Amino acid sequence: MYDFIFKPFNEMTEADYKTIGFKSGLEIHQQLLTEKKLFCRCPAGKYSREYDAEILRHMRPTLSEMGVYDGTALMEFKTKKNIIYHIKRETVCTYEMDDTPPFLINEEALDIAIGIGLLYNCNIVDEVHIARKQYLDGSIPTGFQRTAIYALDGWIPFKDRKIKIVQMSIEEDSCREVSDIGHERVYLTDRLGMPLIETVTEPAMRTPQEVAEVAWQCSKLVRSTHKVRRGMGAAREDVNVSVEGGTRVEIKGVPQITMIPILTYNEAMRQWNLLRLREELKARGITKETFKANDFDVTNLLKKVNYAPLKNAVDSGMRVCAVVLKGFKDLLHWQTQTDTYFSKEISDRVRVIACLTNIPNIIHSDSKSDTITSSDWQKVKKFTNANDDDTMVIVWGNDEDVKTAVNEIIIRAKEATIGIPSETRQALSDGTNGFERILPGADRMYPDTDLPPKKITQERLDKIKTWLPEQFWRRVEWYNKLGIPKDVIEELSVSKDAELFKKAVSNWKVNPTTAAVFLIQYPKRLKKTGYVIEWLDEKILEDVLKSFADGKIPGDALFTTFKTAAELGAFTEEVILNNASNEEIEQAIKSAKSDYEKMKIINPDKKNKLLMGMIMEKLRGKVPAKVIADKIGFTKGVK
Amino acid sequence: MSEINSEDYKGYRGVALNTLQKFNSPVWSDVEIITDDGNYKGLILPRSETADEFHIVLKLPIGYNIGIAAEKIKEVNIFGRREAKYKIPEKDFPFDPKKPKVKLLGTGGTIASRLDYRTGAVIPAFSPGELYGSVPELADICNLETEKLYGVFSENMGPEQWIGLAEAIGKEIEKGVQGIVIGHGTDTMHHTAAVLSFMVQDSPIPIVMVGSQRSSDRPSSDAALNLIHSVTTAAKSDIAEVMVCMFGPTSDLYGLLHRGTRVRKMHSSYRSTFRTIGDIPIATVSREKITPLRDDYKRRRNDNNVKVNAVFDDRVAIVYYYPNMKPDMIDSLIDNGYKGIIIAGTGLGHVNKPVYPALKRAKEKGVAVYMTVQTLWGYVQMYVYDTGRDMMELGVIPAANMLPEVAYVKLGWAFGQTNDLQKVKEIMLTPIAGEITEREPSDGYLIYQGGLPEVEEFIKQFRK
Repeated sequence: MYDFIFKPFNEMTEADYKTIGFKSGLEIHQQLLTEKKLFCRCPAGKYSREYDAEILRHMRPTLSEMGVYDGTALMEFKTKKNIIYHIKRETVCTYEMDDTPPFLINEEALDIAIGIGLLYNCNIVDEVHIARKQYLDGSIPTGFQRTAIYALDGWIPFKDRKIKIVQMSIEEDSCREVSDIGHERVYLTDRLGMPLIETVTEPAMRTPQEVAEVAWQCSKLVRSTHKVRRGMGAAREDVNVSVEGGTRVEIKGVPQITMIPILTYNEAMRQWNLLRLREELKARGITKETFKANDFDVTNLLKKVNYAPLKNAVDSGMRVCAVVLKGFKDLLHWQTQTDTYFSKEISDRVRVIACLTNIPNIIHSDSKSDTITSSDWQKVKKFTNANDDDTMVIVWGNDEDVKTAVNEIIIRAKEATIGIPSETRQALSDGTNGFERILPGADRMYPDTDLPPKKITQERLDKIKTWLPEQFWRRVEWYNKLGIPKDVIEELSVSKDAELFKKAVSNWKVNPTTAAVFLIQYPKRLKKTGYVIEWLDEKILEDVLKSFADGKIPGDALFTTFKTAAELGAFTEEVILNNASNEEIEQAIKSAKSDYEKMKIINPDKKNKLLMGMIMEKLRGKVPAKVIADKIGFTKGVK
Repeated sequence: MSEINSEDYKGYRGVALNTLQKFNSPVWSDVEIITDDGNYKGLILPRSETADEFHIVLKLPIGYNIGIAAEKIKEVNIFGRREAKYKIPEKDFPFDPKKPKVKLLGTGGTIASRLDYRTGAVIPAFSPGELYGSVPELADICNLETEKLYGVFSENMGPEQWIGLAEAIGKEIEKGVQGIVIGHGTDTMHHTAAVLSFMVQDSPIPIVMVGSQRSSDRPSSDAALNLIHSVTTAAKSDIAEVMVCMFGPTSDLYGLLHRGTRVRKMHSSYRSTFRTIGDIPIATVSREKITPLRDDYKRRRNDNNVKVNAVFDDRVAIVYYYPNMKPDMIDSLIDNGYKGIIIAGTGLGHVNKPVYPALKRAKEKGVAVYMTVQTLWGYVQMYVYDTGRDMMELGVIPAANMLPEVAYVKLGWAFGQTNDLQKVKEIMLTPIAGEITEREPSDGYLIYQGGLPEVEEFIKQFRK
C-alpha cells in the first residue's frame, strides 16, 4: 500500500491524492472590523513596533475543566521560557497585561460574528459560554485565549457539493512574536485582544488546490459583509491535513491563500513519507517495542574537533552528547518534504523544546554535507560502541538543555516507529513546514469564570439580518441568469454595490450588463485616470445610475458624466453635459482671470483652485472639468 | 420555585430543571440533544446558580461549552455518564531532615483553587500533596506541613478567624517550626496582617502572609511564585515579624516583604497591588535570596517563646468622611452601642462642622473617637487649623500615621482588653509593631506620575 512515491507538485493528480487517502480541512481566522478590542476598550488595529515598557512572565500548566493536564501545555512547560511582552500605552491597558479582569464582550464584534455565522447557514447557539483555551507558549499573557463557540453546523457551496462548517468561534487575537532565541521569547502586544472569528470546515477537501479554492470561497463570504479587516495578517488560515493511516496535523498561520496548495502538498508528502519510513523501520525489525537508543557524553572525546559550531561550543564550555539510534543507518537522510529530510524533524524538536535555537543544532552520521571529519566520526563510533547499521546524532549546549535535547532526539526517533506525531506545524516561506508544538486537544479548555454566559435573543438575530448582505453565491446564480459579463460577476457578488445593482436592475429596469459594468468597471477606469478612488462618494454612483435609468443621460455619456460628478464630488443634473463651444470656454476663462486680478488674494497658492471654481460656475454641465483643469493647469483631484 | 435537593441536577431550576428531569438526563450525562434547529452531542454540565433557568449547558467533544434553550429540546439520547474529577495530582511532599520545617496555615483565597460549579467561580483547594503536585519547587526549600484552618474568601474573614489564627500561630511556634506561612485572600489580607501584628508579639520566627491576584487555575497565575517567595522567607529569612509577601512588580521577578501594619492593597486587580505606605518595605525576596532594604526589623531567635493576646471586641467601626456628611452617621453608631469609632478624615484629619454635635455626644456617651487620614500617606495634624483644634476639644484623638484599617483593628483589639478609655488610649497611641512611626522618610511616599518623560524613561529601563 505504501508503494506510491510522491511526484513533483505539478504532476500530482486527483487520483494520486485519492491513492494516499488525502483529507484536508480549514480553520480560518479572520479579524473583525471593530473600533475596539474584544474584552477591553483599547483601540483595535493600531500596529507599532515601538514600546514603552516590558513585562516578564512565566507560564505553568493548569488543569482543564475535566481535571486533566493538556499534553501541549506540559511540553511548553518543559521549555522553561522567559516570556517578555513589549507594551505601549496607546494600544495596551491593564487587561491585556492580565492585571485586570475582562470587561464585557464587545457587542459590535459579536454582531458581526453572528452575521457571518448566519451567512454560513449555521445554527447560532442560544447562550454563548466564554471559555479559556490554554496557550502556554506565552502568545497571550493570561496563558489562555478567551474564546466562545457561537455557531455550529453550517455550510458553504463548493463545486457541486456543500462543504460543512463544523463550528465558529469568536475569540481574542494573540500577540505578534518578535523573537524566540534560547530561553527568551519576545512578543508585541498591539494585536493582542483584537476580535477574531475562527471558522472550522470539515476535512472534505480532496486536493491541495481544493483547499485553496474553499479558502477563497470563505474569504469572499466574509468580505461581502464589509465588516472584516483586510490586508496583511487580517486573515490567517490553519490547514488540517491527514493521509490514510496517519493522524491530523495542523499547519498554522498560513498568511496567504496562494501558499496553501504547496504547503498542503508538502505536508501530505511528509506524512506519506513518514508512514513509508515506519514501514522501512518495520522491515528492519525496529518497532516501538524493539526501538533502542543510547546516549553518551562525548565532550572530552571531541575536544579538538575542527567543525566550527562544535568547536565554539566546546570552547565556551558546553557539553556535547552523542545519541546512537540503533539500526537507523541512512534514515536521518530519509526524505520527508521537498529538499527536507527526517533529520529536520529531530532538529526542530531540539530547537523548540530544548531551546537550542542556533542552527545547526545537531549533526549526524547520515549527513551528506561536511561536518566533523570521518576520523572524528570513527572515534565517536568506537567510543559509543555503535555499529555499521546505526546512526549517530551529536548535539551540544548547556548541561540542562543538552539533557532535554538528548531526550527529545530519542522521543522523536522512537515516534518514527509509530508513524506521524499529532503536531501543530509552522508554515515556512519555501512551502515546507516545521515543528511548532504538539497538537493540543480538548483538555486545554476551561470555562471562563470571569464572565457570565450571554444569551442570544431572537430580536438580536432579526436586527443583524437587516444589514446582512445576500449570500454571494445566490447573487452569482442570479447574475449568471442575467447574463452579465463573467469578469464582473465575482467582484460584484461581494461588492458594497451589489444591493444598488439589484435596485437598478429590478426597480429601475437598467440593463444588467450596463449596471454591472458601471458599478465595477467605471470606478476602475476612473482610478486609472489618477482619481483617488477611496474618495468616491457611494451616493454619486447611485445618483448617476438613477439619472441614467430615467433617460437623462445618454449611454455614451455615462462615463463622462460619472467622471465629472466624481471629480466635483457631487452629482447634480447640470453635470450632464451640454457641450460648450470653444469660444464660450475661452471667454469664461478670460473673464474669470480678469475677475481674479481684481480680487484681494490671501493665499496665492490656491489661485488655480479658485479659478477652477469660478470657471466651472459658468460652465458646469457643459464641459468636462478636466478640460478646464488642463487649460489652466489645475491638477488636484482631477489629475 | 422548587427546591433543589439533589446533586443530580446541580444548579438547574425552572424550565431547564423540568426538561432535564423529563428526559431523565442528570448532569454528567453523555448525550445527544435533539432540537428544532439541530442536534448536539456532548456532556451535560452543572449550571451556575446565578445563571438563568432557561438554558442547559453542554460541553461539546472539542471542549467548548454552549447553552441550549431548554424549550427547544425535543429529545435527549443518553449514551453514558462521565463526571469530571477535578483534582490536582497529589504527590507525597518529600521529607528532607536537613531542611527547615515550615507550616502553611490555610484560610482560603485563591492561592490554591479549583472550579466551583455552584457559583461558577473558583474555590480553594489545599493540601501539601496538592501543592507539591502543582508547585514542586517548594520541596527544594523546606519540609512543608499544611493545616486548613478556614475555607473562606477574604471578605468573610473576621474576629473569630483572626483569634483562631493567632492561637494556631502560637501553638505552632511552641511546637518549634522555623517559619509560618498563612494563605489568605488578598482583599483583607492587610487587615489580618495588622491584627496578627498586635495579637502575636515577639515571635521568634517569620510569619508570612501570602495570596494571589490571579487564581492558580490560570497559567499566568502569581500564586506559584508568591508561594515560593513566602516559603523561602519563612524558611530562610531572619525577619521575625508579621509580613505580607506579594509581587513587587507585575513581572515574575521578585516579591516584597511588607511590615504587617504598614501594608495596604492599593489596586483592585494588579499583581503588584500591595504597597508599604508611608515607609519602605522590609526586604525583597526572589527564588534565590532575601535582600533586606532596612536594618530595623526584629531578628529571628532560637527560642519558642511568643506572646499571644488574641482578643477582639467588634463594637468598633470605621467612618469614611465625605463632604456634607450628616451627624446621624455618627449618632447611629452611638445609638447602636459601638464603643469606638475610627474616622478617616480629609486632609490632615478633618470633618465638617455639622458633625460636631454628634462628636460631642460620642464623648458624653463614652464612645472613643480616633482620627486617621483618608489620604493614607501622611500624619494626622489637628493643630494646624481651627477645625482640628475644635475637634480635639470634642474628644477626637489623633492617631498619628496609623492607616485607617490598622487603627480599626487595633481599636477592636484594645477594647478586647479593657473598657477603660484611658487605657485604650494608651494602647492605641503606643507603637507596637510599626503601626505608628516617629518619622516618615522622604521615600515613604512615592507615586510616580505616568506620562512624565523621566518616569517613562525609568519604566522603560526596568521591567514593570
